[in-house]
Amino acid sequence: MDEAVIDADPVEAQAPPPPLPRRIAYRHRLPTRIWHWLNALTVFVMLMSGLMIFNAHPHLYWGQYGANFDRPWLSFSGRPFPGWATIPSTYNLAAARRWHLAFAWLLVVPLLLFLVTSFLNRHAQRDLRPTREEVKPNHIWHDITEHARLRFPRGDAALRYNILQKFSYVGVIFVLLPLMVLTGLAMSPAMDAAWPWLIVFFQGRQSARSIHFICATLLLAFIVIHLLMVVLAGPFNEIRSMITGRFRVPPERGDA
Amino acid sequence: MINRRRFIATGASGLMLGGCDRLNNSARFRNVLRSAETLTMNTQRLIVPRDALAREFGEADLSPVFRSNGTAMPDTSEYAQQLKENFINWRLAVDGLVARPLSIPLAVLRSIPHRVQITRHDCVEGWSAIGKWHGLELSRILDAAALSTRAKYIVFHCADRFGDKPYYESIDLVDAFHPQTIIAWGMNGQLLTVPHGAPLRLRVERQLGYKSAKYVQRIQAVESLAHIYGGKGGYWEDNADYEWYAGI
Repeated sequence: MDEAVIDADPVEAQAPPPPLPRRIAYRHRLPTRIWHWLNALTVFVMLMSGLMIFNAHPHLYWGQYGANFDRPWLSFSGRPFPGWATIPSTYNLAAARRWHLAFAWLLVVPLLLFLVTSFLNRHAQRDLRPTREEVKPNHIWHDITEHARLRFPRGDAALRYNILQKFSYVGVIFVLLPLMVLTGLAMSPAMDAAWPWLIVFFQGRQSARSIHFICATLLLAFIVIHLLMVVLAGPFNEIRSMITGRFRVPPERGDA
Repeated sequence: MINRRRFIATGASGLMLGGCDRLNNSARFRNVLRSAETLTMNTQRLIVPRDALAREFGEADLSPVFRSNGTAMPDTSEYAQQLKENFINWRLAVDGLVARPLSIPLAVLRSIPHRVQITRHDCVEGWSAIGKWHGLELSRILDAAALSTRAKYIVFHCADRFGDKPYYESIDLVDAFHPQTIIAWGMNGQLLTVPHGAPLRLRVERQLGYKSAKYVQRIQAVESLAHIYGGKGGYWEDNADYEWYAGI
């Protein structure tokens, strides 16, 4: 697979590195970088402690109720998630809940701050909202084929989010994370009393629990692809840009 | 001493995990995590109106089978005797910080006009079951006993034991005086069965299931939970580190 991809672009692979001026751009502002690394920690703790909580009753249902004598749509026997995937690593529901419900604050409060400020400072509208041009099928298909050939944007285009990035970031920030939080709250009996619409909206506490798990799975898929893309796009430059904010702009292709 | 082979085998996740387990074993870190429980409780108490009701369902929503959890049969000779007598001598004691300590016969409790509510029981493990509960509002019992203004918590002493430790639970006055907090004697149109806490159990509808203590024998009003058993306000709180506030 890898070889075929490299062969497809022999010019790129064989050309000697041209003496291009190093262009450094300031790509990520400090609040973005802090939020990113806080989330990197928080999301892992949430996922791993969440898997431990799931281990306590590894069955998912649709509807208002669901327990051992009801019919689950997903069911495992025993404790399905192994110690290396859970916090803590040996079965302890009480400890997992303490981790989960404490780190939930670190997820929710910065998320709310981001949602508010990104609209106020127009980051959402300016950088994340797909343009009319970008959502045309031809454009999307072009980006998909370029990604599949591992030809990532260069020059000024590398400083903007491409449409696939926009879809995934908007999907995670404005859909998946809010759904995680709301389905999490819908599982709280006290919150259900305060905000009865939670249970109405998700059609039951057990449905909310199922959606919570599905969204967690999608978040994990995002993380895997995100990390893969970082490695493919040049991990040193990408990680540095998320630490210092400075990004070395890949020069335009000679053959482009 | 690090086992090298194992270290390499488990890799980065093992490294992170070892860190998490170490943190989890540190009393100071556990206290940091625990402080989130206070934050959560205070926030929920701020957001949730004092008398906001847990959702009440219709007959059609009842779980076909309501599973039981925890003790299915208290294994003391006293309880066996009570069960044999059909609980005719069961009494609910109300004492502690009250002006009029009570000892209410079960028959009297069952004869008073009561509340019926179809609510969802949420276990800390994640499952939910919907049942119909028949019982007397705890607030009426506490009013009858003339609760002292010094009382801050209501403790429920139960007839079942885990090993040699009796089950007990406690709630604060916000939940104690909530209209859906009842001392239930019936479920789904029948008297309570033994696995569901016969003859009396607590229902605290805005918290997780372990707060709804079964086999309740004695209600005690106290100013502090510090000197009751392990001091954390409940059997699971003392022995498994579950949160005392289980609204989430």
